Amino acid sequence: MVTTLATAAEHGAEVAASTGAPLEMAWLIPIIPMVSAAVIWGVGKRFPKKGAEIGILAMLAVLAGALVVFFDTIGHIAADEGWHGYERAVTWMNFGPGTTLELGFKVDGLAAVLLVVVGVVATMVHLYASSYMHDEVRVTHFFASLSLFTASMLNLVLANNTIQMLVGWEGMGVCSYLLIGHWWEKHENSSAAIKAFLTTRVGDVGFMLGIFVLFWGAQSFNVGVISEMATAGDIAKGTLTVGAILLFCGAIGKSAQFPLHTWLPDAMAGPTPVSALIHAATMVVAGVYLVARMFPVFAAAAPVALEEVAIIGSITMLIAALLALVQDDLKKVLAYSTISQLGYMIAGLGVHAYTASVFHIWTHAWFKALLFLGAGSVIHAVHSNKMSDMGGLYKKMPVTSITYIIGGLALAGFPPFAGFWSKDELVLGAYTQAMEGSGAAMFTFIAMLVTAFLTALYVARMLALTFFGKPKYDEKHVHPHESPKLMIVPLMILAALAVAGGWVGLPGEMNQFGKWVHLPGSEHEPFNMMIAVVSTGAALAGFGIGWAIFRLGKVKVDLQKTALAPVYKLLVNKYYLDDIYWKFIVRPVRDRLSAAAYWINMKVLDGAVNAAGIVAVKTGDFMYRDVDQGLIDGGVNNLAGLMGLAGSKLKFWQTGNMQRYAAAMFLGVAVLVGAFVFFRI
Amino acid sequence: MQGLIFLVVAATSGFAAVRLVTNKNLVHAALYLVVTLMGMAIIFLLLTAEFVAWVQVLIYVGAVIVLLLFGLMLTRAQIGKTALDRQQRWVAGPVALVLFGVTAPVLWRFFDGRTISLDRQSGNTEALGTEIFTKFVLPFEVVSVLLLAALVGAVFLAKKD
Amino acid sequence: MPLNWVLVLTTFLFCVGVYGVLARRNAVIVLMSIEIMLNAVNLNLIAFNGALEGDRLIGQVFALFVIAIAAAELGVGLAIVLLIYRNSFTVSLDEVNLLKW
Repeated sequence: MVTTLATAAEHGAEVAASTGAPLEMAWLIPIIPMVSAAVIWGVGKRFPKKGAEIGILAMLAVLAGALVVFFDTIGHIAADEGWHGYERAVTWMNFGPGTTLELGFKVDGLAAVLLVVVGVVATMVHLYASSYMHDEVRVTHFFASLSLFTASMLNLVLANNTIQMLVGWEGMGVCSYLLIGHWWEKHENSSAAIKAFLTTRVGDVGFMLGIFVLFWGAQSFNVGVISEMATAGDIAKGTLTVGAILLFCGAIGKSAQFPLHTWLPDAMAGPTPVSALIHAATMVVAGVYLVARMFPVFAAAAPVALEEVAIIGSITMLIAALLALVQDDLKKVLAYSTISQLGYMIAGLGVHAYTASVFHIWTHAWFKALLFLGAGSVIHAVHSNKMSDMGGLYKKMPVTSITYIIGGLALAGFPPFAGFWSKDELVLGAYTQAMEGSGAAMFTFIAMLVTAFLTALYVARMLALTFFGKPKYDEKHVHPHESPKLMIVPLMILAALAVAGGWVGLPGEMNQFGKWVHLPGSEHEPFNMMIAVVSTGAALAGFGIGWAIFRLGKVKVDLQKTALAPVYKLLVNKYYLDDIYWKFIVRPVRDRLSAAAYWINMKVLDGAVNAAGIVAVKTGDFMYRDVDQGLIDGGVNNLAGLMGLAGSKLKFWQTGNMQRYAAAMFLGVAVLVGAFVFFRI
Repeated sequence: MQGLIFLVVAATSGFAAVRLVTNKNLVHAALYLVVTLMGMAIIFLLLTAEFVAWVQVLIYVGAVIVLLLFGLMLTRAQIGKTALDRQQRWVAGPVALVLFGVTAPVLWRFFDGRTISLDRQSGNTEALGTEIFTKFVLPFEVVSVLLLAALVGAVFLAKKD
Repeated sequence: MPLNWVLVLTTFLFCVGVYGVLARRNAVIVLMSIEIMLNAVNLNLIAFNGALEGDRLIGQVFALFVIAIAAAELGVGLAIVLLIYRNSFTVSLDEVNLLKW
């Protein structure tokens, strides 16, 4: 049954005989959650925790398998620097010579790292969710979907060919849809689910076309074969460029890059564990993973494809960071922050910082999953998503607060937390390319520094408004208290990873990560003290300013006497500013694009104005309201209206007379026969 | 000789088929169907497909016709002349004619000169049985499951609840 | 015997069946027309079985399968017709337009 395909041997991957047992069994890893999904759907309801325990068991098995494979992989890499990875496949479908579709898997450093990320985060989220969701509706369904999601993601990570990647990719889309709409009784939730699904579909079409274009060029779906042919120059450059750009469209949709990023904030309608697993740590990085997996294609299609990647990533990180500044919903701050950090990874790939981008996937997974789970804990305590209902929670929920602050600092990129090491490498990568004279890389470099500043700024705002200051919740009715153990333990584990997870990529000889994930041609840059100081300085400045405004700014008397007086004045006048925005931006937009209006109506500007941020807020609002909500969302809505109109006119063709339909069918047969005769004889 | 018999039988069953779809009396239509199907069975015999021919007689002429007649009774079709068909002919006629006009010449040209060999042991029921129960045993079992499903479905649909 | 002759006969019977399906409004007659079409196909299978080289009987096996499936189809089809008749007291296809917009 199991045969090692000739293609696998051709492009240098090792064959079965020459490797140890753990890698040969790696294909079992996606099977475990697939089976558990089926079991939970089938008999999960009869269990005392309604299937949660099956999910947790499956995730522990996945985690164990992932760790075994991971350590085996790094063992191989330590033994042989040029180790290509282990690949094995069986024939799935045979369409004749040269067009065989494989069903296989490929384990190399990149896949092994992702396996660990998915395994750890999925396990933590399952543990957390078993407590968080335990008295919710449809728990069984929830855990089954989570299992199926994990299976799809693992399938994507291990896939050795593009078609199999697409299967995992779409499977994740379906599960994401199911889980965002978990509480579908509320209309917004179900429309958010539909929006997420449809918006990512737009990108998926590009992904599919990209697969076909690359198949056309390489006559293969195998990732290794395509990569080798691209690197060797066996595929025409035009084909490669078109293929790479189309693949990147898929990544834009899945990883919520500009201009298809609008679905991710809405996706926060789903339960918080879902946001942590799917919309922070795993599914949304699938786009980044795709670009990383196919990176030889992008590299061979340089500069056009890579510059596009870099520019899209840069735009995304900037606008999303600006938007994160003005959100009041805690989860939406995190959502925009996720978009922004994904922009970092994408832009990093665009400037050849391959290892650094994957490293950022690794570190980002820890601290962003931590932040989302922490946010869930907070929301659980105060029964509100809004930061304007929080404040002063530090004393009430010490563990949540401390772990959350650790996550925030890691996100802001302070040493020695995990986020610092990966962000620094990304900035360094952009700097190196920029010094070689690439304009796009220069833009990326500047965008990264500005984003580092903005990130620290909104992190400071988020932390100050949530955990410090005076309580803003209704103290008579709401009594926040620490969450149960099952929710806190995952937080602590993830917090430990958010601190120490970056230490596998310490500069110099200590850098293990650079050996695990390495691509010839995109070499790892040595540590540069100047860049580290500059990026940390930007983050420190942002955090300091943010802290001064949102934490200390509450003390009115002191502020008015300091240099920050104008800031304070603007804070006081935030309603006046609201009026201006309302009159000059919101009203005209609403009147022109009535479809987008009700959304804007409901949106109340959080008048968060700050010293360095006044420009930022204006830009953010413009982006959010005019470009994001008005132009993009409005365009989508109008298109949908057009389709509805066309449908209402064309429906009269359906007379309901079956014989008329059958007549049309047979006439079609006659036409087809005639056409064949005409063209073939 | 065989050619002559074929032409006669073909003309008969073709005519009966035309009468079946044009005639207004529903019971007569069923009887014309018997003629057509019997004609087909004779042609099967001519082509040395003996077993299929007898299956045709048993299943179609025996069972199917009875079933159709029951159908006509149970739906209380007027025995005798029915009202004129609605004006669907102007669609149906041309479609059928176009289909025939396109397909028949093509087939005629493609298979000109090919003959059907009549000397083979193709009517050999033993050979047919061997074929079915060795090479086609899985489809055969699937067909039996399908028949069972159709049986249950038909009972379920038609039962008065 | 020339293959052509049989092919023309089957094509003719098939097209007659098509006409019946399209033109007749009594559902039972439509079912009969479908039987004619299926029979034409059977004849085709047997004719080609005889015309092709080799002495396997695959065409006849297929014809038998088609007969079995035709019987199943007719059973379900008549049950549906009866159901329609019971619900709307008609078997005229032009009065059954559930597929209408």
